[in-house]
Amino acid sequence: MDDLVDGLSEVSCDVLVIGGGTAGPMAALKAKMKDPKATVILLEKANVKRSGAISMGMDGLNNAVIPGYATPEQYTKEITIANDGIVDQKPVYKYAERCYSIIEELDNFGIRFLKNENGDFAVKKVHHIGTYVLPMPNGDTVKKALYRQLRRARLLISNRYMATRLLTGRDGQVAGAIAVNTRTAEFLVVKAKAVILCMGAAGRLGLPTSGYMFGTYENAANSGDGYAMAYHAGAALANLECFQINPLIKDYNGPACAYVAGPFGAYTANNTGSRFIECDYWSGQMMLEFYNELQSGKGPVFLKLNHLHEKTVAEIEKTLHNVERPTRGLFHEGRGTDYRNEMIEMHISEIGLCSGHSASGVFVDEFARTTVPGLYAAGDMASVPHNYMLGAFTNGSVAGEDAAEYAGSTDFADIDAGEIEKEKARVLAPTKRNDGIPPNQIEYKARRLVNDYLQPPKVTRKFELGQRRLAEVRDDMQNQMIARNSHELMRALETASILDCADMAAHASLYRTESRWGLYHLRTDYPEKNNDDWFCHTLLRKKDGRMVSEKREVQPYIVPIADDEKDLYDKQRIRATA
Amino acid sequence: MPLATSQTSVPVVVDEEKCIADKGCTVCVDICPLDVLRISEMTGKAYMAYDECWYCMPCEADCPTGAVKVNIPYLLR
Repeated sequence: MDDLVDGLSEVSCDVLVIGGGTAGPMAALKAKMKDPKATVILLEKANVKRSGAISMGMDGLNNAVIPGYATPEQYTKEITIANDGIVDQKPVYKYAERCYSIIEELDNFGIRFLKNENGDFAVKKVHHIGTYVLPMPNGDTVKKALYRQLRRARLLISNRYMATRLLTGRDGQVAGAIAVNTRTAEFLVVKAKAVILCMGAAGRLGLPTSGYMFGTYENAANSGDGYAMAYHAGAALANLECFQINPLIKDYNGPACAYVAGPFGAYTANNTGSRFIECDYWSGQMMLEFYNELQSGKGPVFLKLNHLHEKTVAEIEKTLHNVERPTRGLFHEGRGTDYRNEMIEMHISEIGLCSGHSASGVFVDEFARTTVPGLYAAGDMASVPHNYMLGAFTNGSVAGEDAAEYAGSTDFADIDAGEIEKEKARVLAPTKRNDGIPPNQIEYKARRLVNDYLQPPKVTRKFELGQRRLAEVRDDMQNQMIARNSHELMRALETASILDCADMAAHASLYRTESRWGLYHLRTDYPEKNNDDWFCHTLLRKKDGRMVSEKREVQPYIVPIADDEKDLYDKQRIRATA
Repeated sequence: MPLATSQTSVPVVVDEEKCIADKGCTVCVDICPLDVLRISEMTGKAYMAYDECWYCMPCEADCPTGAVKVNIPYLLR
């Protein structure tokens, strides 16, 4: 089973899309539609039919900008404020302008959205300012609907290939990628004129408090491979210190409240059953209040539904227990907990890197271009903040179209055969040892150190200790890790991505000597927000083999923010009334 | 250093009476996002070979005979 096979094949294409979750299929589809003559390959570590963050679907759109309910200006403003102003508005605005046409397209694919009696979209309010949440009554069918489109377009799909490194040409432009089969360990070299990375969040970074390594909030297959590949190819990564941390049901990786239960009157409560946050939208400031309440005498924190009518609870339950995280009902059944009878204990998730929910990702502009020519990124791993599923679809479309155009006007870059040999040797090293440490132990230790040292509140001295310990684990990984079959080899390679992401998270966090984005970058030895020195992005990249960070100016706003609006998301805590 | 195998109770259970992997079905093995299911060479039936489960449920939802059951992993039950 999973025997190691020696082999290498080579293929070439115009556009290579890596990652078949949400953004990837859309990017591939749009590239093909833009240039029907182009060869488009979609590479996936798992199986496109059921891969990625939405393997079992999604219960709604969190950020739909629908005419009549919200405007692109309003949405851009909201996201800018929710991110403490550190936003390049162009890609956000472009998303906001374009996403309605994507909703209509998804509607044509057979994905239904909630409509009211008049046939209009029934959009709900969750955010602080605007109204953007649109439930999806048949959200469990998303992947099937997407897959149908891919088949119809006759796209080339390669499942069970894990991309390990990007190949670059002499001038630093993208030249393709190397992948390894997760069932046989055979190599595939894909020469490509343009490459689009859609490889999801770095979600297997922190260790869930349950101790179950794969019980992460993000699909556990999302081990940050895209972040690592972009880094090693020389691309810049933005604001990695802005971690992803989410409010979840304690011990269960399901989100709790804001988008599904909130619009029906459910809310996040403390142990007295009282609300303590103004707005359940997942911002860093909200997470900080959540964290403070957890630690306080009024903790822990609960999801409160037991004040709602039975019919309402049943409706919420139907969504929560059937779409996105369908084992949730089973979890509550096992615990003997019922939304009707009691408040449900909540907790915060392990840390991760993810732009879909926060702002930490591979830097992209409004065309989804990274800083490496010919290399694109979209979805959770690209730096458009808070872009969620609809952002993955929309920015995936943007990436696909621009990449097809770019590929049409460029030639293949030369690939250095030495680069391929070097990567083969790196990948296979754990299979050449007879004795050593298996990947699961190295991964566990790395992620335990992430929890011990990198989880906010962030303290400089702790981070430095963490870096030292992580370097020791890296040394073990490089010199002692063993993989006895191709499945274990996949885990070994994922472990390398996890360690790269941990190093990047630590480096980026130490660089920004202030606190920002609420809990996401709470540095208790630099507790204040410092707009004089740090009203900027940070970009991290590999330069001469070393990790470096630099500041990057926030691009001039296209939607101005008034002074009295700037801190709207800072006032999340409900004031005690006399 | 020698390696030991530590026992874990795995979350995905396959009803061997219902499983038709021995007749050529590979649906659950094909679609699992974490790639943890395999077909046993001994029984010809699907089983969970690696305890690396996201308990996401495509295996249960897509099984044509309803043979697969996903449980919550013990550590978070």
